[in-house]
Amino acid sequence: MKKIEAIIRPAKLDDIKEALGKFGIHGMTVTEVIGCGLQKGKKEVYRGTEYTIDLLPKIKIEIIIKDKWVDEVVRIIINTARTGEIGDGKIFVYPVENAVRIRTGEGGEEAI
Amino acid sequence: MKILNLTPKAAPYLLAILLLTAVLPGNAWAAGEPTADTGDTTFIIFSAALVLLMTPGLALFYGGMVRKKNVLGTTMQSVIAIVLISLQWIIIGYTLAFGPDKAGLIGGLEWLGLKDVGLTPNPDYAATIPAQVFMVFQMMFAILTPALISGAIAERMRFPAYVAFVLLWATLVYDPVAHWVWGVDGWIRTLGALDFAGGTVVHILSGVSALVACLVLGKRKNRPTEPTLPHNIPMVVMGAALLWFGWFGFNAGSALGANGIAAAAFVTTNTAAAAAALSWLAAEWMHHGKPTVLGLVSGAVAGLVAITPAAGFVTPMAAIIIGIISGVLCYFMIAVVKGKLGYDDSLDAFGMHSVGGTWGAIATGLFATTTVNPAGADGLFYGDPSLLFKQLIAVVATYAFAALATFIILKAVGLVFKLRVSPEEEEAGLDITQHGEDAYRDFAVSGSVVRSERVVVHTPVIEAKTIN
Repeated sequence: MKKIEAIIRPAKLDDIKEALGKFGIHGMTVTEVIGCGLQKGKKEVYRGTEYTIDLLPKIKIEIIIKDKWVDEVVRIIINTARTGEIGDGKIFVYPVENAVRIRTGEGGEEAI
Repeated sequence: MKILNLTPKAAPYLLAILLLTAVLPGNAWAAGEPTADTGDTTFIIFSAALVLLMTPGLALFYGGMVRKKNVLGTTMQSVIAIVLISLQWIIIGYTLAFGPDKAGLIGGLEWLGLKDVGLTPNPDYAATIPAQVFMVFQMMFAILTPALISGAIAERMRFPAYVAFVLLWATLVYDPVAHWVWGVDGWIRTLGALDFAGGTVVHILSGVSALVACLVLGKRKNRPTEPTLPHNIPMVVMGAALLWFGWFGFNAGSALGANGIAAAAFVTTNTAAAAAALSWLAAEWMHHGKPTVLGLVSGAVAGLVAITPAAGFVTPMAAIIIGIISGVLCYFMIAVVKGKLGYDDSLDAFGMHSVGGTWGAIATGLFATTTVNPAGADGLFYGDPSLLFKQLIAVVATYAFAALATFIILKAVGLVFKLRVSPEEEEAGLDITQHGEDAYRDFAVSGSVVRSERVVVHTPVIEAKTIN
């Protein structure tokens, strides 16, 4: 099992969710996050004073999948989330040792 | 049946209060005294209620502009003024401001505890409304004024010191200056300077005191990477809306009757607010490329401040000019000059109220005309330069007195109370450190009841927050 963690533009969440759904992935954890990277901060003005806000809002999606689907899922996320501009985000892939469904107690790939 | 559960200690005090009430003269209706007009009385009672609403409005206006860890502390600094000054005004404030004159400087103590302030009109101030209605209308101004100062010291003053400051400032600064300007035989009133609804007494006085207070307290200690941005601009808009609405009571009500002058003041008030909102927005748009909502409502307040002394003395067209200049002037002071001088007037109490108020006092000397209000005077543009000179004397005297007195009061309060929160408390915010409350509990709470007999205290857990 692998965990795919994708940091994406907030506006892309619905598209990715839909594309993953078509592929057959219906479970995910979504978190609102802030962070910084290559993308420049945004400018805000309050009573005539300009501020640069360095930490920008992003969405973090976490999905646990079988090993064999990793390449395909990564490709779907890239195709859906990419605009070509700086700030499109990143994808990380981690190994997962086990998964347990709390309701039934079943473990492993059956639980994801 | 035992109704009051009094401790033996409290009983003598209660008895003393009851006796005192009985000894004070009643409000007898004597023949030949002026009688109240029902229309005027109705209008001023409602105007007083409108002006009261400005202080909670200010709490929202200021509260939205601070960081969310300080929203309750900032709200408290406004609304506590309602509580404190409602009592102070009844007991001593009203007599100091409007009581029988002492040397043009202050009212005597003859009306202590509202003695002789009855239900018949006092023709010296308002011949057609009960004296108590005039008193309570004026009370609302006395409440708002110290609350305005809190904008300059937001996010760093300790609550006990603030309470002491407000009580002393109201008694030693507001009450005397209200007497100078509005009291019978007050020296500025005798001089002939005009202040329709409190441009000098309310706005210049609070604005200058605010500047002194923020200098005495010093800057907020935030890191350069943590700018102090407004946490809730819709809240600021709601507060500004209540201020604008309440200001109709403030300015139109200052006609002290349901009459043509009230109508004139209502129209100029609304006009100047709109003109200043537009001019601030335009200045900001040209300067930074975006018209902001905070800018629009700030401009409206700048216009309302500037028209306050002029409201019942100028034409609607003059109100447009007063508003346009106020919006640009306050914007320039706040966006450019404040940054260059480097004082930390957190929410621009000086930049709005002192700058706008000073321009309004000068504008009254320029645009006042007896064609609008025969009881007023003609300004420079209507052929009489002397009014402008009198306005300037009133402004300079108010600046000097406000600065000196506020400095002394803060130093005196500082001897008894610590003025500033500690750096750790400032970091944690006023809400938790001064009031033990958290305004927005947006994460799960894990805690337990520490003491349940009388007060329930939940201990908040510091949560790791990703975004908000």
